[in-house]
Amino acid sequence: MTAGPAAGPTPERAAPHPDGEPPTAPGDVTALFERARGGDRRALGRLLTYTERGGPLADAVAVAAWPLAGAAHVVGMTGAPGVGKSTLTDRLAQVAADDGWRVAILAVDPSSPLTGGAILGDRVRMGSAATPGGPFVRSMASRGQSGGLALAALSAVRLLDAAGHDLIIVETVGIGQVEVDIARTADTTIVAVSPGWGDAVQANKAGLLEMADIFVVNKADRAGATDARRDLEYMLDLGHRAGWRPPVALTVATTGEGADELFKHVQDHRQHLRTSSAEAERRARHVAEEVRRHLHRWVDQLVEQPTRQTEALFAEVAQGDLAPSAAAQRLAGEVGQVPERDAPGADDEPEV
Amino acid sequence: MSGPDGDAAGAETERRQPVRVVLAKLGLDGHDRGLKVVARMLRDAGLEVIYLGLRQTTESILLAVEQEDADVIGLSIHNGGHLTLAPRMVEAVRATGTDVPVVVGGIVPDVDLERLAEAGVFAVLGPGASAAEVARTVRAAAARRA
Ligand SMILES: Nc1nc2c(ncn2[C@@H]2O[C@H](COP(=O)(O)OP(=O)(O)O)[C@@H](O)[C@H]2O)c(=O)[nH]1
Ligand SMILES: [Mg+2]
Repeated sequence: MTAGPAAGPTPERAAPHPDGEPPTAPGDVTALFERARGGDRRALGRLLTYTERGGPLADAVAVAAWPLAGAAHVVGMTGAPGVGKSTLTDRLAQVAADDGWRVAILAVDPSSPLTGGAILGDRVRMGSAATPGGPFVRSMASRGQSGGLALAALSAVRLLDAAGHDLIIVETVGIGQVEVDIARTADTTIVAVSPGWGDAVQANKAGLLEMADIFVVNKADRAGATDARRDLEYMLDLGHRAGWRPPVALTVATTGEGADELFKHVQDHRQHLRTSSAEAERRARHVAEEVRRHLHRWVDQLVEQPTRQTEALFAEVAQGDLAPSAAAQRLAGEVGQVPERDAPGADDEPEV
Repeated sequence: MSGPDGDAAGAETERRQPVRVVLAKLGLDGHDRGLKVVARMLRDAGLEVIYLGLRQTTESILLAVEQEDADVIGLSIHNGGHLTLAPRMVEAVRATGTDVPVVVGGIVPDVDLERLAEAGVFAVLGPGASAAEVARTVRAAAARRA
């Protein structure tokens, strides 16, 4: 017995939002932004959608957010699937909130490469997300575009920052380049493993061990946690970045054990960054990285949404009349121009 | 800051984007096997599922919907509570000034279908609904929100 779209009267159009139009009008970024800064979570939710989709609205959000961003401390939480990142993120958020921080969480999960769909299940382990005074939690699917995801995630972080959050935790699955890219723009990167070497080996392959500012051995209620800690410490004995030796915390995310200590490590690392002589250099690196990602997006767009002129250029290359390098050089002059949407099929995104 | 160029913004919103659906089970009962099956059906049809799982309340679902900017709410109700819980959810959504459609999944007697429709529930999917039907219904709901 399955009813399709239910027969009967269609629901009334919703009453207008008390403080104005519901945030559905495209382009009204400024008004939405003001509301988001005033604590309106729905407005912030909509702006994050714009950011995630990319394009002119995302750019407008980014331009509005940038001057007001910069105060937040950004924590990357990464590690293999199932090590307890979401549970731990929730605990960390609670400890920080109790200490007076305004916390936001961005939970990034992979999209299915086959269908483009995704199951974003991190909220299940984030009990505090379901309470009114809890952190702002946003789930984000990778949507199959690695560079694009890193940019979208970074832009979302800037927006959450501008909206007044002062601790932003970005959860990513530590399996690939994208995660490394995201971790690279965090202030503090936490790499979580569980007892046994499996996770650490995987993290090592992904290049994550070198990214870690803090290690966590979660599921410390299980056998082998102290061994895992010892192994990590041994690895650190062999070498680590100058000036900061990553601490190795033991946690039981399901009970909250060790979350206080973990937050203390985060604060210590933040303090370390602030007093480090290399801080100006680090900030400059971050800025360059951020600009580079936007630039990449323009370049990708030039190729992925070709105009008639670019297609003609590609045809010349295909016919052998023009070298690819020469075509690229010509196109470089066009990077950043809003493409004229004249190419047939440019708007025909595949059905989702 | 200047607003985005009108034309470009229009073109942007025209582009197809993945539908985002919040999937939750209302009430205190049971397990989430069925809900997980539905989640996979939707993912395999190309939708983004924000999975909340068991023991959700109207309030916890609303929080997720606003933070996630969801297009659709998918509610699983399995203990005969549909006549109270589903209309309450619709009411709560409307009270926020939005009209995110609510799709109900579960065993709903035929006699109650009309009452749910009158209460503003977009559609009811029974346990026998095919993957294609589930995906089509949720997409139709999302299209109506936009
Ligand atoms: N025994 C134990 N289980 C945990 C711990 N932390 C998380 N889990 C469980 O591990 C599973 C995966 O947790 P989740 O936070 O979703 O991991 P994620 O995939 O890394 O985000 C869940 O069933 C958690 O309840 C822990 O410290 N000890
Ligand atoms: Mg997780």
